[in-house]
This record gives sequence, C-alpha cells and structure tokens, in this order.
Amino acid sequence: MKKHLITAFLMTIATTILLGAIYPLVITAVAQVLFKDKANGQIRYRNDEAIGSRIIGQPFTSAKYFHSRLSAAGNGYDAANSGGTNYAPTNQKLIDRIRTDAGTLHQENPDQPIPVDLVTTSASGLDPEISPAAAEFQIPRIARERAVSESAIRDLVAKYTYQRDFGLLGEPRVNVLELNLALDELAGMPH
Amino acid sequence: MTINGWLQIVVFLGLIFLVTKPLGVFMTRVFNRERTFLDPVLRPIERLLYRVTGVDEAHEMRWTEYAITMLLFSAVSMLVLYLIQRIQGVLPFNPQHLGAVAPEHLAFNTAASFTTNTNWQAYSGETTMSYFTQMAGLAFHNFASAATGIVLAIAFIRGIARRQMNTLGNFWVDFVRCCLWVLLPFCIVGSLFLVSQGVVQNLKPYDTVKLVESQQVQRVGSDGKPVVDASGKPVMDTVTTQTIAQGPVASQEIIKEWGTNGGGFFNANSAHPFENPTPITNLFELFCIFAIGSGLTYTLGRMTGSAAHGWAVWSAMALLFLAGVTVAYWAEAKGNPLYPPTIAQHASIAQPGGNMEGKETRFGIANSALFATVTTDASCGAINGWHDSFTPLGGMVPLVNIMLSEVIFGGVGSGMYGILVYIVLAVFIAGLMVGRTPEYLGKKIEAYDVKMAMLVSLVFPLIILTLTGISVVKGFGTAGISNPGPHGLSQILYAFTSSAGNNGSAFAGLTVNTPWYDGATGITTLVGRFFMIIPMLAIAGNLAQKKYVPPSLGTFPVTTPLFTLLLISVILILGALTFFPALSLGPILEHLLMQIGKTF
Repeated sequence: MKKHLITAFLMTIATTILLGAIYPLVITAVAQVLFKDKANGQIRYRNDEAIGSRIIGQPFTSAKYFHSRLSAAGNGYDAANSGGTNYAPTNQKLIDRIRTDAGTLHQENPDQPIPVDLVTTSASGLDPEISPAAAEFQIPRIARERAVSESAIRDLVAKYTYQRDFGLLGEPRVNVLELNLALDELAGMPH
Repeated sequence: MTINGWLQIVVFLGLIFLVTKPLGVFMTRVFNRERTFLDPVLRPIERLLYRVTGVDEAHEMRWTEYAITMLLFSAVSMLVLYLIQRIQGVLPFNPQHLGAVAPEHLAFNTAASFTTNTNWQAYSGETTMSYFTQMAGLAFHNFASAATGIVLAIAFIRGIARRQMNTLGNFWVDFVRCCLWVLLPFCIVGSLFLVSQGVVQNLKPYDTVKLVESQQVQRVGSDGKPVVDASGKPVMDTVTTQTIAQGPVASQEIIKEWGTNGGGFFNANSAHPFENPTPITNLFELFCIFAIGSGLTYTLGRMTGSAAHGWAVWSAMALLFLAGVTVAYWAEAKGNPLYPPTIAQHASIAQPGGNMEGKETRFGIANSALFATVTTDASCGAINGWHDSFTPLGGMVPLVNIMLSEVIFGGVGSGMYGILVYIVLAVFIAGLMVGRTPEYLGKKIEAYDVKMAMLVSLVFPLIILTLTGISVVKGFGTAGISNPGPHGLSQILYAFTSSAGNNGSAFAGLTVNTPWYDGATGITTLVGRFFMIIPMLAIAGNLAQKKYVPPSLGTFPVTTPLFTLLLISVILILGALTFFPALSLGPILEHLLMQIGKTF
C-alpha cells in the first residue's frame, strides 16, 4: 500500500513533466516555427496597427458596414470572454429579442425574408462569419449608404464567400471582417 | 435536413468504421506487450518511467490491487491538480497574472471533474486558468484520466479472455503504455495538424487590437445588471479595442477529443474559432472523439478470440448513434416555431436555416446536431453549439445519450466497460428466456456477476434523480435556473446526468459556480466514476478465475444480429424505464408547450 502510494506520487510527477510540460512546450516550439501566423491567431494589420484576428468576429453596428451576428460574449464580441446566451427556445427574453430585431430588419429590407443567422447569437459569441443569405440581405443597405452599385458589392461578397470545404463539409460562409475591410478599400476611405 | 448534411454524417461514420480495425489491432498489441513500430522510440522512455517510479513491469495484479493502485493514483493526481489551481498565481506561464482559482469549491469541483474524465466546467477557461494550469494541470489530466479509463476496459476484457487466473494485469504498466503508445504519438501529429488549420498554440499574453469600428456598450455592474445614471438612463461606454485570448490550445484540444475529455481551453469550447476554426477541424475533432471507443470494440473481439462479437457490439453502437443523430438533426433543422414568419428558417444553398440560436455559421445545423450527438454518445462533453439553446427534442438527444450511460462508442474505455455491463445483463436475460445458465464468450454468468452489474446500473440513476429532486425543491438549487418553465428542470437534470455520466457538457445557462452545485456535481463525478469502476473490476476479477465452458447448443450466440438487437433493447428499456418520467416533465413537456406557442 505504502509502496503504491509512493509510486502514485512519483508517477504523477513524472507523467506531468512528460505530458504536461515537455509535450505542450515542444508542440508550441514546433508550431511557432512551422505555422507562425496560424499559431498566433492570424492577427491582421492595417497601417501597422493590429486591427483584429481574421477568424475572430468583431462588432459592426453602423449602416455602412456588414453586420456580424449577435454576440453574447461579454458585452458583445469580447474575445477574452467567449460564450452564448444559453436561452432556451421557449425563453420569453429570446422571443422578445428576436421579434424586435426582426421588426427593424424587416423595415430595412422588406423585400427579402430575414435569414435566421442574422437574428440569432452565435455559440462562441465570436463567430467571424455570416451566411451568404445574411450578406445578400444587407447589400441594399450598404449600397445605399456608400452610394456604390449593388453589383459591385455583390462581387466583393462573392470574393469573401467561402464554399463548403471539399465541396462537402460545413456551410458556405462570408468572413465579415475581411469583407468590411475590402469595402473600405473599395471606397478608398481614409484608414 | 439536406442531402449535404446527411452525406457529412455518412462520411463521418465511414471514417469511424475504417479506423476500427487498425486501431483495435494496434491497441491489442500495445496491451499484450507485443512489438509495434513505435517501440524503438517509446520503449526507452517506458523503461525510464518504470525506473524513476519504481514499477516492476513483470508484476501482475489481482482485481483488488488493480483497483487500489488506480484509486491511489487518481487521489494523488487530483490533489496535485487542486494545489496547482490554488497556487497558480505564483507559478510560471501566467502572462495574464490570473490569481488562485477561487473559491475553494470551484477548485475542488474542477479537480474532481478533470480526474474523472468529466471536464465539467463551472469556470471560463480564458478568465480563470493560467497557461500553467491548463498545460500541467488540466491537459495532463486529459491524458491521465483517458488512460485510466482505457486500461480499466482492457482489464475487463482480460477478465473475459483469461481462464482460471487471479490477475488482470499491472495498472502502472497498462497506464504508461496507454499514455505512450495510444495517446501521445497521435496527439503530437494531431495537434500540429490542428495548428495548421488555425488552432492557436502560443504562450504569449492576450492580444489587444484596435476595433475597425468602435462600439457603444452598456456598462454592466459587478452584480451583472446594467448601470444607470441619476435620470435612470443606462450608462454607455465606448469600446475601441478587443482583447483576444490566446494560449497553448492545440496541444490541449487534441487530447480533449482523443481522450473524450471535453474540457474546453476557452469557455465556448469547440465553438470557439481558436479551438475549432473550420469544418475540416470539426470533422477531425468528431473523428477523434469516437476513434478509440470504436477501436476498443475490435480489441474486445480480438482479445477474446471472437472478432465477430466485436462487430456485433459495434453495430449496436452504430445503430444507436444513427437514431440519435437523426432525431437531433431533424429537430434542429425544423427550427423554432415561435419565431415570427418574416424570418426564414428553411435551409438553402445560401443559409443553413433551422434553429441557429447558439450555433456557429461554419457548422450550421447538420454539424452542430452531429457534434451534440457524438459528444454525448461518447463521454466527451466538448460542444460546438449550446445544448441549452437546442430545441426541446434536439436537446433531449444529448441528455438521453448520457442517460444510456454513454455506451454508444462511449468514453475512451468507460464506453467499453459500460457496454460490457449491458452485455452481461443482455445474456442474462437471454439465459432467463430459455431457462439456462447464461454464458458469455465461454464464461458462465452467475449471480455474483449479475448483482455487480445491477449495482452499476442502479447507482447511476439513483444519484442523478436524487440530487435533481433535491435541487428542484430547494432554493439553492432553483436559484441557478436561467430558463424558466419545464426547461429549468431540464437544466438541473442535465447537470447531474452529465456529471454522473462523466460527460461534462451542460445546459450551460444554469449558474453552477455555487457551493451547492460545485459540491454536488463534484461529488457526483467521483461517484459516477469510481462507484462504477469498482463493481465492474469485481466482475472482471471474478470472470478471470472461471473455467472456460465451450459453446453448446444452449449457448446464446453473441455474434448475430439477434444479439445486436437484444443488446439495443436492453440499453433502451433500462434507460427508458429509469428516466422517462423525468424526461416527460422536462424536454417532452417543453416540446408540447412550444408547439402551442407557450413561452416562459
């Protein structure tokens, strides 16, 4: 019994050194050499200033930008505090929120049905993407605000739309940060 | 539901089918201590470990010694994890200067939960745990608890395979070989693959970036309520930056899945883009969750000399998996009938449609429903969408999966010994029907074995239903509910089912970082783990010493579709009889009320 207790203690220490220290540190070192950008979170820069990660969503609320999905991460898109609402489908707070948002969006674009991902929170609260339908829904508003033709914006959306991986996996999606940065460049706006 | 969605599910199951035999053969060789292609590298490390820990690799253990060493190791390593959390403030690799994990009941809950392969998380990783705690505490336990589960399943299989022997193997040797051969090499390759797809792996402080567009947000006080000024208007703050949490994620992500642990580096778990950035990583993570559990069915067949029996068990698991994913996918794709009609919830080429609350765009409905099914078929508990926000029936699938003891491929090892208990009961029932002493792979199943199997089957619902019952009648229990109505019951029921089943997923709206829930779920994880294992090892020890009985005309064959069907029936009947009343008051009632437009 005592011998086993000593072994249990030594085994904990020895395997912690191997699996809890050497393994993750070696993987970190190799990852930093082989995949530097990806291992560090794909941070993007504009005018030498870090402005976000390509795969972490940001909040956009003004009319001239494509809006991201709703976020329940902290105060919204808090990338140090990920999470969702965890509202049940029958929660009155969820249904109230959806009704309000649906009313606003329906006024903005009465011609199209509202894609469901535009009125729902994502799981991470950091979803970097919206569906192509959610982008299409917003095109008339952006075109109006920026006084650019809808077709020019539609071309940009197509450029930042990712199809299913291998034509099979996941869902088609549009990266909101990339798309909005491209919109600013299209307009030649001062950065 | 779409054809594309179903194709992804079929491809996934196809990959699991393909890995079963090679991985099953590999594990058989590892635990029979035969040569493998990894020996030149790993054998020296193995010998070194035995030398420093004083393990005699030739020593064989009876079931009691096997159980005691396993318990001692779990107790010591759990204590170490508790200490690491409490002193992380002074330990290295803590660029965010996070203080000790507090209060004590949270640190206890986390230590219990990670030691038992549950990974129930009453904390958010990025705001609570230093990189040191994540690596040396939590990720280490992902290895240790997974290896413990696997070697216990191997011990049980040896109990069936061995004849007139007293011993089941050596816990230390099995444990070390499992870590070195089965877990570590795959994790090295897999973690680098994940990094190549965008899972982060670094030790730097969190990044702060300047938002493209600054935001006005309501100031929230320490009580979680919006702060208002003298005139009652909410106080607004301008947010111009975003802090992006980082860390050594990939090395932990891979073992989280490969060892069916499920504890996320970040609060959002596998929904977080840094843990699961693309549909490719999603498929890979799903594959990792099922691979070892599936491979062990082949190991069972191989070690007991009946490959066909392994496949019969595999088929039962695959059918139950398909049933679960069908219901979850159907329910989630239908969407929420309470949404106004201006919202399009049908799937098209341009949008996933369905119930998208708490789901990620890149995964859509099919991959979210698939993930929820897989993570609870196995005792993983990772999530890529919030189960709490699933439709009532969609959310009932993960709940039911855990209630069936997670034997559908199952947690690494725990799924195998879990289903072996059901198999013992199935052959016992078959024996009763024809009036003969039941046999299983040449071993007579007698009163002692069935008593132990029933003990396992009774402890599980007893603890879940008792603690759920207490929580729904006491203020300290109902205070945690975030979704009123029948869903509140589901939240509490899910919490105790998940911790007893060592799953770790949650209806996460429930506020669980309280003395009651931290204490009760923490103890439940320990009971759910060790009170299952000990009777199970007792069966194994008892079987090992029995004589081999050659099959006769009266033996119920365990390789046929009839056996598969009987096994499925036993699993479903036992689960349904136990939990149907609770389910009908929770998700089923919520579903019916949702159909008539009721909200809470």
